Amino acid sequence: MIEQSLQDFVDEVGISDPVCVIGGRTQWSVGGLPAPSARAVHAPTGVVDYRPAEMTVRLGAGTTMSELDAALAAKGQTTVLEGAPDATIGGVLAVGHSGLRRLRVGPVRDALLQVRYVSSEGRLITAGGPTVKNVTGYDLCRLMVGSLGTLGCFAEVILRTRPRPVAAQWWAAGGDPFTVTAPLYRPSAVLWDGETTWVHLEGHVADVTAQGEIVARAGGAPCAGPPALPPVRSSVAPSELAAIVRSGAAGHCVVEVGVGVVHGQRAVPRPATPAAVVELHRRLRHEFDPHQRLNPGRDALRSLEVA
Amino acid sequence: MRAALVTAIGAEHVHTSSIDTALYARDASVIDAGFTSIVCFPATTAEVQACVRAAVAHGLPFVARGSGTGLAGGAVPCGGAVVITTTRMDTIHEVDLASGVAWVGPGVLNLDVSRHLAPYGVHFAPDPSSQQSCSIGGNVANNSGGPHCLAYGVTSAHIVALEVVLPDGEVTMLGGLDPEPAGFDLRGAFVGSEGTMGIATKVAVRLTPNPPTIRTMLIDFESVAEAGATVSGIIAAGVVPAAIEMMDALTTRAVEDFVHAGYPTDAAAILLVEVDGLPGGVEQDLETVTSVARANSARTVRIAADETERAALWKGRKSAFGAIARIKPNYYLHDTVIPRTRLVEVLEQVYAIAKKYDLLVMNVFHAGDGNLHPLLVYDARVPGTTERVYAAGKEIVEASLAVGGVLSGEHGIGLEKQAFMHLQFSDDDLEHQAKLRRAFDPMGLANPGKVLPSGSSCGDVFSMSPEQQQAMRDGGAWL
Repeated sequence: MIEQSLQDFVDEVGISDPVCVIGGRTQWSVGGLPAPSARAVHAPTGVVDYRPAEMTVRLGAGTTMSELDAALAAKGQTTVLEGAPDATIGGVLAVGHSGLRRLRVGPVRDALLQVRYVSSEGRLITAGGPTVKNVTGYDLCRLMVGSLGTLGCFAEVILRTRPRPVAAQWWAAGGDPFTVTAPLYRPSAVLWDGETTWVHLEGHVADVTAQGEIVARAGGAPCAGPPALPPVRSSVAPSELAAIVRSGAAGHCVVEVGVGVVHGQRAVPRPATPAAVVELHRRLRHEFDPHQRLNPGRDALRSLEVA
Repeated sequence: MRAALVTAIGAEHVHTSSIDTALYARDASVIDAGFTSIVCFPATTAEVQACVRAAVAHGLPFVARGSGTGLAGGAVPCGGAVVITTTRMDTIHEVDLASGVAWVGPGVLNLDVSRHLAPYGVHFAPDPSSQQSCSIGGNVANNSGGPHCLAYGVTSAHIVALEVVLPDGEVTMLGGLDPEPAGFDLRGAFVGSEGTMGIATKVAVRLTPNPPTIRTMLIDFESVAEAGATVSGIIAAGVVPAAIEMMDALTTRAVEDFVHAGYPTDAAAILLVEVDGLPGGVEQDLETVTSVARANSARTVRIAADETERAALWKGRKSAFGAIARIKPNYYLHDTVIPRTRLVEVLEQVYAIAKKYDLLVMNVFHAGDGNLHPLLVYDARVPGTTERVYAAGKEIVEASLAVGGVLSGEHGIGLEKQAFMHLQFSDDDLEHQAKLRRAFDPMGLANPGKVLPSGSSCGDVFSMSPEQQQAMRDGGAWL
């Protein structure tokens, strides 16, 4: 028994011509612009089933971040997803970029418990399951996060929710982040631009206060939030960050210490993708979308590039 | 075939004796239907590659094997598969603190990773109860869990990158030390694929900082329902402890007789709850857990006074399987996960199903994430018993799925649960899973006959030979 909104989306995607899913268009050009010939389709919207005591929420992939946030905040919960208020959940998952709090709360890909997507052949496929722990069959959920909709069009998802932290505070301190944060236990973000270190602390009030005092002793002061992030995103091993900041390889940049995301003026060149990985991509796209009708023009291998 | 392998890895590492081939034809599951004629023990990536290429060149399937502690038959060779054992690949290559990972061989034992990391103040978070014996390669294959996966996540959340030998013999890296490697999350697809997408030869495991404060509680109840309601209540109160483990009366008594962990033997159920982190949050969570437990008529809430007491409490939990082996010679268990708010009603059904089939059921499980482990303990020598056990097992699976549960939380599908996959997934869903598998292994030679239901089976996977029953009695396993 398929709900009407899902059936409508299945019908809308259809079985033959090229389609591109339109979300909030907040990261529209990531991984390439959709081919002009692709017909626009819109995923179902709205929170379908929120179970705060289970810490899961089922919602249409077209639901916006602000709508989800409002629903979860009412019960003191949140998710690890971050995005503009107008961004859709499907879009955030399809792009797969994690938020600034990844250091503590983990990547976006670990939050997706179940996805129902419309396949190239116009079928509604269910991957994963509704429970918080599940190793039944292959992990198509993780494959879908960051796929830019090229393996299936996300219709409905179940996400893991988390308790909203009771207390949270950003701090800024001069000096290098490795010295400032060494005595801290699992800060949720550590940012650095070569001069200033920003630290985000969250959790119980007493802990956030005590950890903040450690930052204060290192010369830090509370601040309103993270710095403005330069526009170009790169991904490097965390051990390479110091050299990138010092060499100016990304221009003026803010880096996510311990994670490896670089927000800079220009991209840090990546090593070439191994040939075997490129071949696996070719085979996966051939298996899931032999006629290249799902979001043509987009390519997950270029997911850090902006057209 | 043997000649090719001997050339590649040396005669002493290619075993073909009937004892070896019989031993490596099974794992810790109840399945006794595997067959192999050759077992190899490569020591390097190049040697694994040579083994895979030799098998493929002869049109033979191959199956990777770690420590053989799997409970679903994932390492059981089907179709005369060449067994490629990774036990010699037990080197911890590098601890890279700057990138927060350690590179380890697939044959390194789970507990040895954390032991090695102890001086750095970090650990590898997934902690299956078999952690003294199971290997990292096996953890990767099964996406293994463990008590502390409640707060920290299962293996996939802790594997950053993998060097793998693909089914066509190519060696490549999946994932990477950078957080957003280009392309699909092939690392995520590989973890949990039960050896059907290739063999991991080097694994970058994430380092998790040791928590500054840990408090472990033993809470006991006069009814299973009160214990179950406490678990649901803790999660509903917004607390995600590091672990919430539950044991029912039979299990508690068996464990206490076996290892003297200090468990109350007159309790109907006990909970082992651990909270960790910074002291403020830990104290707050401790209070919340205590008040939820009291509201559900807990008899006592005992907080381990020191590390010795805490270790004893955990030793009891992790010895549960050994203890259970003393009750009856055989066990059969499922690994379903149910919504955490439905624990009480599903546990009632589990007991009713066991009663209906005149069987003894013992429950010891990861209650916090709803991951049941109902053990049906029995004596297979009594005619007709095995059939009743499987019938009861099937009803337990159906009861779990009926409330929105899933087939497996951490043990995997292997051979054992293939027949149940249709209960959770449609034909279309399964075909999409098959697409992923085909992309990695178009020839279908990597651990065939596993995970997805297929026409080619390994025979009657539930036949039980006398030798296998003996192995179960002697060996035991973990959960």
